Amino acid sequence: MCLGIPGQIVEITDEKNKLALVNVGGVKRQVNLACIIDRENPVESCVGDWVLVHVGFALNRIDEEEAAETLKMLQEIVALTK
Amino acid sequence: MKYINEFRDPQTAQALFKEINRLSRGDSRIAPTEKPLKIMEICGGHTHSIFKYGIEAALPDTIELIHGPGCPVCVMPRGKLDDAIALAEQPNIIFTTFGDAMRVPGSKKSLLQAKAEGADIRMVYSPLDALPIAKENPDKEVVFFGIGFETTAPSTALTILQAAAEGIKNFSIFANHVLVVPALEALLNNPDLQLDGFVGPGHVSTIIGTKPYEIIAETYHKPLVVSGFEPLDILQSIVMVLQQLAEGRCEVENQYTRLVESEGNKVALDAINKVFAVRDEFEWRGLGNISQSGLKINENYANFDAEAKFTLPNRQVADAAACQCGEILKGVLKPWQCKVFGTACTPENPIGTCMVSSEGACAAYYKYGRLSTVGKQAKFKKTKVKVAN
Ligand code: SF4
Repeated sequence: MCLGIPGQIVEITDEKNKLALVNVGGVKRQVNLACIIDRENPVESCVGDWVLVHVGFALNRIDEEEAAETLKMLQEIVALTK
Repeated sequence: MKYINEFRDPQTAQALFKEINRLSRGDSRIAPTEKPLKIMEICGGHTHSIFKYGIEAALPDTIELIHGPGCPVCVMPRGKLDDAIALAEQPNIIFTTFGDAMRVPGSKKSLLQAKAEGADIRMVYSPLDALPIAKENPDKEVVFFGIGFETTAPSTALTILQAAAEGIKNFSIFANHVLVVPALEALLNNPDLQLDGFVGPGHVSTIIGTKPYEIIAETYHKPLVVSGFEPLDILQSIVMVLQQLAEGRCEVENQYTRLVESEGNKVALDAINKVFAVRDEFEWRGLGNISQSGLKINENYANFDAEAKFTLPNRQVADAAACQCGEILKGVLKPWQCKVFGTACTPENPIGTCMVSSEGACAAYYKYGRLSTVGKQAKFKKTKVKVAN
């Protein structure tokens, strides 16, 4: 139920209702961006962002730097166990 | 796929298994014990991944994963399903629901059976999909079955706000949203269950953040690591729990930093607070009434509250006699210890909820893990493992 899938925002389709097309694994879906819009992140600035999609809503933005950091920590464990 | 494939790399997984092995055996300073360390993954999404990727079978026998109650379909009590079905069977109602809830057994039938008998029940992918149905059917009431943890509650709240903004009058929600931390506290207050730590729910935490779990570390002295859902996420989170145990720490840590911040998602939390109020108590299947563990629609949005608009049977109905789902959800029993597991109770003909949802422990064991895990448990009983200094 709490399933969420990463996708990338490709196009804003309805600025007023905060709707966008999001590419989720090659399939473009209509997604509501209300949860990820605030003063610093207006609708029009969101194209290109990666988000987590859950029941038609973008729950949060995916932080690219943090993802890289996690992968780096994983590689440190790999190095440690060699 | 980006943010998926890199967290499924098998070689990195091997290294993590090695590290888990090292930390849970003699090399670390984890207190000597005859028993395996019990780590609960709270979320049903984690349970599903753990089986799908064979994590449970590949873990050393010094670690036992306990599958928690974080599957909203599994914790839905029979009485609530009866209420939903009673609503759906009213002649002027179009009842909309996520597909996940269709097969959950009520005391007499499921929504799927009610649909076959003629009730107008429609599956939707998003609660927002119910709004056009309401607009197209002005002479009918469209009800959406709002279920799920804090992950899903914002989408229900935002759908109500949208319906209010559009002035839609023939739409309401039967809200059955549940809250994760009160359920954890109920488990931790149960002396039958001895746990060493938690892998915390990632997507709930994208909304609520990591702060609400601090009570688990501070009051109950258990480590909790909020985790992503890919295999490397889960394995790294187990490593982080073990590191805490080895160092004698009990903290809330965050493995899923690419999506979870300590404060959560403010916009989503605001939407929840605007539309919902916390119920005094809510009934969970198998766990009974838990105080402050569910959400209801608040007075300001009573026009969108199916409970305010319609009279529901509102009865608590005990589980089927054979059903052990309560013990499964508490992590006290394993699925194969239920007498009807895999015989009278299968995903095709479920008796209990844990066999309905693909995130339920029984369905996960049935589909992926049954034989290998049962074999491993049998072996474990024979050869006692020593985790020494
Ligand atoms: S096997 Fe079926 S009845 Fe038994 S605990 Fe699992 S879901 Fe419930």
